[in-house]
Amino acid sequence: MPQKSIRQALNEALAQEMRRDPTVVVIGEDVAGGAATDGQRDAYGGVLGVTKGLFAEFGEARVIDTPITESAIMGAAAGAAVTGLRPVAELMFSDFFGVCFDQIFNQAAKFRYMFGGKAKTPLVIRTMIGAGRSAAAQHSQSPYHIFTSVPGLKCVVPSNAYDAKGLLIQAIRDDDPVIFCEHKLMYDLRTEVPDEPYTIPFGEANIVRDGDDVTVIALSRMVHYANEATDTLAKEGIECELIDPRTTSPLDEDTILESVERTGRLVVVDEATPRCSIATDIAALVADKAFAALKAPVRRVTAPHTPVPFAPVLEKLYIPSPERIAAAIREVHGYGG
Amino acid sequence: MSAAVSAITMPKWGLTMTEGTVVGWLRQQGQRFAEGEEILEIETPKITNVVEATYGGTLRRIVAQAGTTLPVGALLAVVAADEVPEAEIDAFVAGFAVVEPSSREEAEAKGVEPRSIEVAGRRLRYLELGEGVDVPVLLVHGFGADLNTWMFTQPVLAAGRRAVALDLPGHGGSAKEVGAGDAESLTDAVEGALTALGVEQVHLVGHSMGGAIAALVALRWPGLVSSLTLIASAGLGPEINGSFIDGFVRAARRRETVEVLGLLVHDPALVSRTMVEDVLRYKRFDGVTAALAKIAEAWFGGGRQSLDLTDRIAALAMPVQLIWGREDRIIPVAHTEALAARLPVHILDAAGHLPHMEKAGEVNRLIEQFIAH
Repeated sequence: MPQKSIRQALNEALAQEMRRDPTVVVIGEDVAGGAATDGQRDAYGGVLGVTKGLFAEFGEARVIDTPITESAIMGAAAGAAVTGLRPVAELMFSDFFGVCFDQIFNQAAKFRYMFGGKAKTPLVIRTMIGAGRSAAAQHSQSPYHIFTSVPGLKCVVPSNAYDAKGLLIQAIRDDDPVIFCEHKLMYDLRTEVPDEPYTIPFGEANIVRDGDDVTVIALSRMVHYANEATDTLAKEGIECELIDPRTTSPLDEDTILESVERTGRLVVVDEATPRCSIATDIAALVADKAFAALKAPVRRVTAPHTPVPFAPVLEKLYIPSPERIAAAIREVHGYGG
Repeated sequence: MSAAVSAITMPKWGLTMTEGTVVGWLRQQGQRFAEGEEILEIETPKITNVVEATYGGTLRRIVAQAGTTLPVGALLAVVAADEVPEAEIDAFVAGFAVVEPSSREEAEAKGVEPRSIEVAGRRLRYLELGEGVDVPVLLVHGFGADLNTWMFTQPVLAAGRRAVALDLPGHGGSAKEVGAGDAESLTDAVEGALTALGVEQVHLVGHSMGGAIAALVALRWPGLVSSLTLIASAGLGPEINGSFIDGFVRAARRRETVEVLGLLVHDPALVSRTMVEDVLRYKRFDGVTAALAKIAEAWFGGGRQSLDLTDRIAALAMPVQLIWGREDRIIPVAHTEALAARLPVHILDAAGHLPHMEKAGEVNRLIEQFIAH
């Protein structure tokens, strides 16, 4: 089976859905690139090249380059979705949600509910998350917990190319607004991805590795750091079960609870800040529904409650590391023993 | 005994296996064993399988303890006669070199990649192993499965002959368009594949729905078929576990898939997470659920098998054998009864609907003996 990067997997998902369904359109800043000039018309394909080639195949009616105006992109996309298209809108950096959140939070997320179920809003918002490129505090955040907290939005946080393709196709076919969070340091990460179209259902976690000693839950890039940590611990004789929820809304609570019922020990790894976060949400879920199974306190390995630092040394300290994850797992494993 | 000191290594079963986990040893260090005896259990990408001794000897040293996961080719144990001194065993363990994974993978990549053929405008995937002058074998999987169901069977049958495993339309890596999806259309596809592969004489081995298809090929084209092995076959009576069929078609999530796959084997613990994941990945492809629903309706609509070939199989001139698991929960073992007086029938204990995986060694021997001349 061919190896593909997350970038290729996303591009393939978009192209296949646009071929299958003429109502699928792409809209955003530089999704073609160069639209306002006489020069090359498909110069960029998005700042990270995810939409490269779509303009050439589907033309300007379906690959819509916009001015730098997130509120207009999201407003146009929400309106298009509620009137019959399936837009995939690009919010270049998730940090920019601040300028267009009314269109997402008050409009798109509420349409189905406020129109008594008579309207649907099949909108996908692709957006970049993550620290690690010294892009400073306004271009490095991971605010998926904020999207997750909004009823009416679905939130997808893939960690590999196989999942990225299947989840993006699922997102496009879904009749509700979906925020699709892509980590900016993972676009070149490769894995086996089938050429044919396929879907992965929302709310179905992936069990990355089996183990009976400690449950470890991680999202996005942290899945790979957690995997490194659990590899190290396996050599020390600690077998971790590593769970990647893949979607934070809906969340696969059953897989998490079943695992903790078995291991009695939980570490949650989250690149986002800790207050009101996914890590905190999962810790509360387990405290609420699996308290009797717990043999140790739940440990959260997260960023600190600060903006993302620009300075590379500080940024490195800010992001949870495999070493910090391993230390938390050792602590939880050794507790009470 | 093949050599004074020899190794038991991690076997490679099927395309995707790169490593295996030692589940447990069935012989203890220092115990003697004879050829064919069960030595240890290994968890594979599909189900747990038993390693059988290919020669007799004494299990002098267990190197890989239960629970360890090792790459294919890694040393698991050392076998030697009782009189071989301990120092020689030590030296053997110390000097054992695992073939480098990269060169091994390269070597394997040359011969064992699945390929595709076009049959009546439809792409069918197949895997061909082995060569030689003996009559080739064609393996036909059952409903919802693919050619990997033969991971323990195909490499053994490929000694001295071509052994081809096919993905039926709608299954595995074949096109997901299945036409009518009924017995006739799937039999056409298998016949077309045999023609495209230039097979002029063949031993047919079919499992479950693939058994009925193999039997239909034999009925249509008796001159081509040297023998017919039907494993837990469809087409021998009306009963079938309808809730398995419905559940398999419907299952989209891990939990329901685990439950449904558990019905296939006598011990659900045998089903590995990778086997579940492989089924989920297959079922997520566009068109698969529709294809399976169509096939299920044509073959097993209303929870009953629409095809009963018992009398026609009884009248076949070529050798036919039936192999069944005593604890089959999909197609009852009672379906062997009508033919038991006329054909060899092998009913295996501690096996469910997948005897070729659950009791791989026994089933391989039964097929090898049956097709040997």
